[in-house]
Amino acid sequence: MSDVAALTSDSHAVVVGGGLAGLRGAEAMRDAGFEGRLTIVGNEPHRPYDRPPLSKHVLTGLLPPDVTRLPSDLDGDVEWRLGVGAASLDRGARTLRLTDGTTLRYDALLIATGTRARPWIHPEEERLPGVFSIRSRDDAASLRAALVARPKRVVVIGAGFIGCEVAAVCRELDLPVCLIDPSPSPLGRVIGSAVGGLIGAVHEGWGVEMRLGAEVAHLEAKGGRFVGVRLKDGGRIEAQVAVVALGAVRNTEWLDGSGLSADSGGIDCDERGFVTDAFGQPDPRIAAAGDVARFPHPLYGGRRIALEHWGHAVAQARHAGRLLAGDASGPVYGAVPNFWSTQGDMVVKSVGLTEGADAVAIVQGDPAERRFVALYGRAGRCVAAVSVDSARWLPAYGHLIETAAPFPPAEAVTDRPSRKIDILDPGFA
Amino acid sequence: MPDDTLLNQIKDPANRPNPYPLYARLRQHPVSLQDDGSPDGVWVASTHGAISSLLGDPRVSSETLPPADRPKTGNPITDFLIKPIRDRIVNNHRPFIFRDPPDHDALRSAVMHQFTSERVQGMRERSDRLVEELLDAKRDVRRFDVVDDLAYPLPVTVICELFGVPREDEPKFHEWATQLASALEPDSLTNDETRAKNSRTFDAIAGYMGDLIKEKRKHRGDDMLSGLANDTTPDGVKMGDYDLIATAVLMLVAGHETTVNLITNGLLTLLRHPDEMERLRADPGRAPRVIEELLRYEPPVQFRLRRAISPIDIAGITIPEGGDILLLLAAGNRDAAVFPDPERFDPDRKGVRHLGFGGSLHYCLGAPLARFEAESALTALARRLTSPRLVEDPPPYRAGAALRGPQHLHVAIEGMGD
Repeated sequence: MSDVAALTSDSHAVVVGGGLAGLRGAEAMRDAGFEGRLTIVGNEPHRPYDRPPLSKHVLTGLLPPDVTRLPSDLDGDVEWRLGVGAASLDRGARTLRLTDGTTLRYDALLIATGTRARPWIHPEEERLPGVFSIRSRDDAASLRAALVARPKRVVVIGAGFIGCEVAAVCRELDLPVCLIDPSPSPLGRVIGSAVGGLIGAVHEGWGVEMRLGAEVAHLEAKGGRFVGVRLKDGGRIEAQVAVVALGAVRNTEWLDGSGLSADSGGIDCDERGFVTDAFGQPDPRIAAAGDVARFPHPLYGGRRIALEHWGHAVAQARHAGRLLAGDASGPVYGAVPNFWSTQGDMVVKSVGLTEGADAVAIVQGDPAERRFVALYGRAGRCVAAVSVDSARWLPAYGHLIETAAPFPPAEAVTDRPSRKIDILDPGFA
Repeated sequence: MPDDTLLNQIKDPANRPNPYPLYARLRQHPVSLQDDGSPDGVWVASTHGAISSLLGDPRVSSETLPPADRPKTGNPITDFLIKPIRDRIVNNHRPFIFRDPPDHDALRSAVMHQFTSERVQGMRERSDRLVEELLDAKRDVRRFDVVDDLAYPLPVTVICELFGVPREDEPKFHEWATQLASALEPDSLTNDETRAKNSRTFDAIAGYMGDLIKEKRKHRGDDMLSGLANDTTPDGVKMGDYDLIATAVLMLVAGHETTVNLITNGLLTLLRHPDEMERLRADPGRAPRVIEELLRYEPPVQFRLRRAISPIDIAGITIPEGGDILLLLAAGNRDAAVFPDPERFDPDRKGVRHLGFGGSLHYCLGAPLARFEAESALTALARRLTSPRLVEDPPPYRAGAALRGPQHLHVAIEGMGD
């Protein structure tokens, strides 16, 4: 591409964001032959680490929080600015101002600032001892310490993937736990209550108390400590620990005034991966990757989406790193979205996007055996699949989704030779 | 269109020493219809992408074995009463390598449940000792056959001990296993004589196994067969007798007919690449890399058979419903799209995704055994053999095209160290 700025060994590339995407993006620049100065800015004091274990094995105690550091061959080949965040961006001067007041001039910039946990609506309640959220390693260490103290009950506010994982961990630790969500089932917003209900039944089998269709109004305190939640319907649930798991918000505030098109839903990118300004014009020195990047996905008719998925962060960061290093030869980035969630001994995996699905069918396995694949359709096309303890089949469904195969599929599969298939309402609220 | 007789050339014993040029020609088309003498031919998948995709495709069935075939005896009670019942039982209780979910999953999980880490670790140590004993027995020779003297007896002893089969009964298995392994060859689908022989052999081995299982119920040992015969898994699976017999036969046949080729192909490859032999000798810690590369470069199982139960669109063609599929794993292992410079034996490859153990739900259950047995054998051979060289290259090969490996591998040595 003619408008891609060529980097030389005198150039300075800066990565904002010391997480998975930032690290993999920096590595990709090196792999693509960039030999100049490379700086990674991370607002946490730690080198990049892996987050998925934080809501699973770190909480059960199987892994200490400080062992999830991501392996990398970059270590000696990069300048780390850890414990400082990005404060603002001046694209005209090509400088990045950091929260400690210093500035960095860049020739290429990779934005990978990711997300943070969505805060509880009442900030003073969120600061109560006994109230936790999980985003960072330090968050997980604090929550782990609170669980080790064996609280009489834990409430988990929000039954998305993180909430379900935490609830399952509590039961593994034999702690009473109550999962609260306004949807009629866990995971209702992400995979619909038809399949979410099947997963909820597994949680109930483990002894997770469910308060569905319920919303928390307040976190209550006594003696300066969290002691329970008050529901909007007036009910109270006593607990010593609350975990706020309401999803994530994207870290884009620092881009205010930069002229780039960014808001709480992410920073906009063009189809190559360069960020765009308010008029849709790309800045060929700046790319974005990971949770924060909102990009036109070729599989979804170019609709702009931002994905909070581990594998996506890696793949898109590699793409963006190569792009900034001057290698624009690769295909347009557009991998099929996929993610996984480990809840107790159950592994839920997904491929595609369930958003807007109008039908779902159990196409393989049997929910009674806690082993199945659910396929989602939208307007007669396959759009997503969710597996429970059957992940090996997902690549085959990924292919159906990539090719927008007709839904429901007419084909027999090995454990469903009859071709009969029940179409259900996916149950999105 | 590609040459549609490549598969026949692969089956031709004359091409056994080096089928790889044929595989390379097949790879020009990821999936091609090959004439194999059957009315509809067989769909051969030869690229890494096509094979991986079909291995994980729920429309691809492993239930490929033809119905049992026993000759009539002339006795009406046997022929019209006992035989149909027996045929039905055998046809419904195949080993899980030839079964689909959900039955496959339940049977496999019952075996996995017995594969405890203590058992595997115990057999690993046993394997190391066995190798030293087998090589000690050849201490004074200047020439030996790696197949008969090491590569065959090692895995056979390990699997027999793991399953609690008395050592003195092992010779019976040798013949049974060789015959039953032909079920993995493509002709087993079409050749009536092979089918009939396999049915008779299965009856013989099943009779033996049935008795052994009864014995394990009376006098439980700490072997896997005792465990399978007496335990219920946490998922509530307890195998019925017919499934148990089929499973035990599968494990014993697999233990007899596969790792032997990994070890023999391994030594053959190392003798053809003396620098790699020397590097392994100097650093036995390289063994896992060497073995993974061997599983790519010379896999003991070259291909597996499947059947499409629905039409499958792949790589621009459609495999029809009912179509026989041959997954040419060894060809996928030399696909340049996945493995740069694929014809080179290079244990230092990164991120090897070989198909040597298959993939997806039928991924080789015995992989850990195969790995440590090959590691015991190849590290000891590299350490102990002084100036080894091949007496004959290529060596004579066994009949199988699917389970491919030398019949004998005579090696001349100047000495056998400790």
